Amino acid sequence: MNSVFYISTAVAILATLMVVTRSNVVHALLYLIVSFFAVALIFFTLGAPYVAALEVIIYAGAIMVLFVFVIMMLNLGTSSNIQESDWLKHRVWIGPSLLAGFLVLELIYLIIFTSAQLSPTSSVEISPKQVGIALFGPYAVGVELASMLLLAGLVSAYHLGARRSQVLSSRIEDKP
Amino acid sequence: MAEPVRSIVVLVAILVGVLVTAAGLIWLERRLLGLWQDRYGPNRAGRFGSLQVAADMIKIFTKEDWVPPFADKPVFVIAPAIIVVTTLLSFAIIPFAPHIEIVDLNIGLLFFLAMSSLSVYSVALAGWASDNKYSLLGGLRAAAQMLGYEVFMGLSLAGVVMLAGSFNLREIVEAQTKTWFVIPQFLGFVIFVVAGLAETRRIPFDLPEAENELVAGYHSEYSGMKFGMFFVGEYIGVTLISALIATLFFGGWLGPLLPPPLWMIIKTFVFICGFILVRAALPRLRYDQLLEFGWKLMLPLSLINIMVSGAIILVAS
Repeated sequence: MNSVFYISTAVAILATLMVVTRSNVVHALLYLIVSFFAVALIFFTLGAPYVAALEVIIYAGAIMVLFVFVIMMLNLGTSSNIQESDWLKHRVWIGPSLLAGFLVLELIYLIIFTSAQLSPTSSVEISPKQVGIALFGPYAVGVELASMLLLAGLVSAYHLGARRSQVLSSRIEDKP
Repeated sequence: MAEPVRSIVVLVAILVGVLVTAAGLIWLERRLLGLWQDRYGPNRAGRFGSLQVAADMIKIFTKEDWVPPFADKPVFVIAPAIIVVTTLLSFAIIPFAPHIEIVDLNIGLLFFLAMSSLSVYSVALAGWASDNKYSLLGGLRAAAQMLGYEVFMGLSLAGVVMLAGSFNLREIVEAQTKTWFVIPQFLGFVIFVVAGLAETRRIPFDLPEAENELVAGYHSEYSGMKFGMFFVGEYIGVTLISALIATLFFGGWLGPLLPPPLWMIIKTFVFICGFILVRAALPRLRYDQLLEFGWKLMLPLSLINIMVSGAIILVAS
């Protein structure tokens, strides 16, 4: 299980690097989906099959489909590829790489100089039932707050997307 | 028999069985459609047209495999493979008899939902990569349709999971020894069948490939075996949904007298024929009707189903 963990983390890192460096948006999205699969496998090796399944269903299967959907609607074409590769000049990379480099150094420092338990895989499997009990027991307030936030999002999306028939028809009538 | 050898035999048997069934459905569907629409259907190649599949295969393999120069080649090539791979992977969790299954997964039902949500990419990316306005429209329609119908497909199964107390398909079948779940979960069954029809993109939900408006929708630019993958993928999908209906609502392998795998096969074929009958009988919906039907009728119904079944289980326990 340890090797599965390390291979999937390597895939996740590589795929995410490819996401950042692609100039074609759809190709970048496909790499992001691969990265989500890798993360799902990581959850699986950590003993959380339920979270792994939800990662694939919600992130890879629903949210990324919406991203692909929007990009298909925009129909960007080759001009946006050229623009994107213009933006991906070498100078752009310096700042983010330096900042990320500091984080990597910190991580290496922590791994080398602390004696924490670093074995990644766990033998305990968290079942869907345990997740449910945790969500509706000690974390019930969090679930309720999240549901309120989602409801607010839903209502405002409906408000923005609703067809305002009276406004539209009066505008059409105004035209000579 | 040693355990690894046994699992490999089971795996190969299920894979070959599913592929043969999917190929055979090409013939079965056209013959049954002919019967129900009062015409012949394919009846020339072999006895009762039974060699029609072989003829179709020869035709599809010898056709020119053409990738349009304006297409996005890597995505164009990978799109048809996605649908076949995701639907075939879903068969891993279906138990055909007490110990005949590929994996005994604790999150089996979630695995199926994950795979069916990934199959959307096949049609959406095929439509986008073809770089053709009809294909793109087909891909857009498919993405919106399958995204909408997936939501209540998952919700319609919540009742079954609550009754069985497990996502494991073997345990779900074993929980049905007294009554099949179709009786307490009739509404869930109806919603799942509708969602299954929409997921396999068959009439009355075949808007993504509506011939009279979109040429052939997302697979307009595909030829040869790449088109064949979409074609076979659809039939594997029909077999998968039928096998799932049999497992989740009609007791899977449970039944008197006959051996368990035979019961499973009989039940699956009854639902496959049901799917074909729906195609023979119903017209195609309009696209706005399809989306309104999904979001305004089926989604609230499945939520009510969850609430009522939850309340009944709570009171009964």
